[in-house]
Amino acid sequence: MSDDATTTASADGRGTSELPPAIVVRHLEKSFGEVQAVRGVDFEVQTGEVFGFLGPNGAGKTTTINMCCTLVSPSGGTATVAGHDVVRERDDVRRNIGLVFQETTLDGYLTAAQNLRLHAELYGVQSSLVAARMQQVMEMVGLWERKDSPVRTFSGGMKRRLEIARGLMHSPRVLFLDEPTIGLDPQTRRSIWNYIRTLKESEEITIFMTTHYMDEAEWCDRIAIMDQGVIVALDSPEALKAQVGADRIRIETENDEAAIASLRERFAIDAVISEGAVTFGIPSGEEFVPRLFAELGVPIRSVSVSRPTLDDVFMSYTGSSIRDVEESGGSERNKIMMQVMSGGGGRR
Amino acid sequence: MSTTVAPEVAAPREVVRVRVPERSLASELRAIRIVWKRELIRYRSDRIRIVTTLVQPLLFLFVLGSGLQSLSAASTHGVNLKTFIFPGILCISVMFTAMFSAASIVWDREFGFLREMMVAPVRRSSIVIGKCLGGATVASFQGVIVLCLAGAVHVPYAPTLILGVLVLQVLLAFAITAFGVMVAARISQMQSFMGVMQMVVMPMFFISGALFPVSGLPGWLAVLNRIDPLTYAVDPMRRLVFSHLHISPLAKRVLDPGVTWWGWHVPGVLEAGIIVALGLVMLGVAIWEFSATE
Repeated sequence: MSDDATTTASADGRGTSELPPAIVVRHLEKSFGEVQAVRGVDFEVQTGEVFGFLGPNGAGKTTTINMCCTLVSPSGGTATVAGHDVVRERDDVRRNIGLVFQETTLDGYLTAAQNLRLHAELYGVQSSLVAARMQQVMEMVGLWERKDSPVRTFSGGMKRRLEIARGLMHSPRVLFLDEPTIGLDPQTRRSIWNYIRTLKESEEITIFMTTHYMDEAEWCDRIAIMDQGVIVALDSPEALKAQVGADRIRIETENDEAAIASLRERFAIDAVISEGAVTFGIPSGEEFVPRLFAELGVPIRSVSVSRPTLDDVFMSYTGSSIRDVEESGGSERNKIMMQVMSGGGGRR
Repeated sequence: MSTTVAPEVAAPREVVRVRVPERSLASELRAIRIVWKRELIRYRSDRIRIVTTLVQPLLFLFVLGSGLQSLSAASTHGVNLKTFIFPGILCISVMFTAMFSAASIVWDREFGFLREMMVAPVRRSSIVIGKCLGGATVASFQGVIVLCLAGAVHVPYAPTLILGVLVLQVLLAFAITAFGVMVAARISQMQSFMGVMQMVVMPMFFISGALFPVSGLPGWLAVLNRIDPLTYAVDPMRRLVFSHLHISPLAKRVLDPGVTWWGWHVPGVLEAGIIVALGLVMLGVAIWEFSATE
């Protein structure tokens, strides 16, 4: 399934096809004792892509990312990152990747600049370039003015931005971000994502990240949905949502019975009454709305069209909603309310 | 995502692209140096720690030393008790500081920074060596502060004495840090680490002879004393200090009898060698432990 997805991505011009893939994973497995955390995953990440791993906590995302960045050795299968095998050429992989972990790994007693310099020294960055590179990455995340402040005085969002800057200090070819926005407020999350997207333009870098926030996955070029140690779907967010197909339309009418009958008769749609409104699914829901008004023959009080979200995608592949939906806030539907009286001008 | 706000990024300039070279001896030395330097930066910025780790040695030296003076006066043959315990105090001040330096590995693990060092493309041994050298340097600084008090306890500021004390302090500091790092490799909680260190360090200190002469001890204590590694740091330190004192031969014989093995006087060089050897063994174990994890 992953092979198909890769082909799809190249076909729509997402992957930079001349370059070899940044990450190639084949039948990768990891067991911790009896527990099989990752049960044979296959995927490729194209150079220059923002690739997301989506799934609930415990789905095996972090284990997979840890295997790719040489922190955990696989029980089976292979992974190649930036052209190097993660087991046999561990150091070569490490020289070419940047890492941003779920939890902070900064030294709070050092200043921001000292943290970055320490990183540069550990990675052996050419001394003559350290200062210039440091200024660049810190300006990129908007922390240059705070370079001499001790990191312990930073807010959560600032620390995360500094960690992203540090991960970039040695110009890695692949940047791994494990839940880069976990525990941050929505506004900070958004700004972190802006930095990540900007990065892609300026740094010629491949970004591999995990998240369990459904709404964040939309920022990725492609996402792999992971559940219970396997990849259940892999494609661009749009394509995944298109696979689920139908938009969902809810209408409130003067006469629901008549509306359902009319929908069946004139449009061949099976609608049901759900939560007090007539509900049905249809591809391209917004385009259908004008026809609905023109042809239904039953007065309509209100209409709402909701697009399929990644939640729906997740549910359609796994048969259950993402388990920590309340934490992510990602189930919020992309609702478009259109009032009958205003003539439906609310389309974005 | 049409409502996306423009990110506040700097105007695009020439991207500074750097390169991470292949691992080499030079890159390992650079890693050792920066890990060492980090210990120094942290020590310098932590004034409270400089003061708090001084409290214990000063208590022993001035409170215990002055308080027991009248009791001991009869048997020290005119030597002030403070002068007698000064070499031991030089050792324990180094020891406590080195222990705290090693403890920072536990903090580093707890606050995640250890991971940043562990994933770098350098050998684990470079990290551990840098850490031990850093701890040794910091502890030696602390030892120097105590050494400055020599005048207050009637010990002369002779250059050969100062130099000798420094060398011994560096060796001891290195060995203790290596020991601490070795223990820290296995312990992830600060409370447990401190507990283990207390359990090991306090008996080591008391048994070492820092506070009493090592001759004429009861049999069981003599055995423990000869097993205690700290004995071999305190003894040469005391010989060094006493060789610069103007005291009667009797006092010297009683207070600075030197460590013996079955009646054989262990030379100071061998004692220092024991400390170095133990330090290297523990460093080796620490490196092995850290290389085996993750």
